[in-house]
Amino acid sequence: MGVGVNTSQESKTGAFGVVTTTLDQMINWGRTRAMWPMLFGLACCAIEMMSAQASHYDMSRFGMELMRASPRQSDLMIVAGRVSRKMAPVLRRLYDQMPAPKWVLAMGDCCSCGGVFNNYAILQGVDEVVPVDVYVAGCPPRPEQLMHGIQLLHEKIMKEKVFSK
Amino acid sequence: MSNLLSLARKIDDRFPEVVQEIVEFRGDVTVVINRSALIEVCTFCRDDETLQMNRLSSLSGVDYWPEEPRFAVHYVLHSLALNHELRLKVYAPGDHPVVPSLTALWHGADWPEREVYDMFGITFEGHPNMRRILMPHDWTGYPQRKDYPLGYEEVQFTFNYERVQKKKPFTQE
Repeated sequence: MGVGVNTSQESKTGAFGVVTTTLDQMINWGRTRAMWPMLFGLACCAIEMMSAQASHYDMSRFGMELMRASPRQSDLMIVAGRVSRKMAPVLRRLYDQMPAPKWVLAMGDCCSCGGVFNNYAILQGVDEVVPVDVYVAGCPPRPEQLMHGIQLLHEKIMKEKVFSK
Repeated sequence: MSNLLSLARKIDDRFPEVVQEIVEFRGDVTVVINRSALIEVCTFCRDDETLQMNRLSSLSGVDYWPEEPRFAVHYVLHSLALNHELRLKVYAPGDHPVVPSLTALWHGADWPEREVYDMFGITFEGHPNMRRILMPHDWTGYPQRKDYPLGYEEVQFTFNYERVQKKKPFTQE
């Protein structure tokens, strides 16, 4: 005799059942659960980004298994660190090489607003060259903050309209 | 210290018309020389038996604006064999700062000289590759000059938030 009480749809009817949803939601669900971030470690924020992906914080829980070193295989650019004016055209070029849909996460104070580097050589916010979706504050932000930023981005993507853009 | 001063006097004895000044400050001895004789003095420092300064330890530029001569280039020579360190300094005028290059004597002078050129606009005569090293190649001006604008952005606070926000150069998709 069975002891456990199983109340799921499958056990009652023997079929997998039917789930109704919208296509937008399904596509967005797929996009958020399989994000491929691109390596863009420029300064000390990159250390926190690496540690967010290492075993202790384990960012693959959110469907980000590994970073790609190529922009053509990634859809999320995590800009981690200060961007100099010499680096800015390179960053824009890499952004242009990423296939759509693509998102940008500005990690840390330096690439959000210039941070402590308020001078001629550093870009005062990476939003001067690429459109930023989420800004993560902190100098550098802890891995928890980065993961919070990524979850914010997931929320944003879930609200996107895929076909009626 | 007295040893360093005697070394500096040795240069003075060898090139009496070239050495302008010998300065001692907190144990560092600096020999100020004419920039036209820089290569001869450095060759002497490198090859002389009692000096043997076979390593160019560092090379840097200085801007004394608004004084004249405006620029100076500072060389730190070090002897690996005898372990002593002497500084050389040459001045260059503000309107046309040209200093002879030391790349023929030390290959290690290549990048520091390019950096000084990039930051101060001091040209090194005889350098094989005199172009910018740190800033983008189309950059105008020399950022470490004292009359160069800092180029910082106004910091955004609550009282000026709207005004600064309007001026920000946001990108388009």
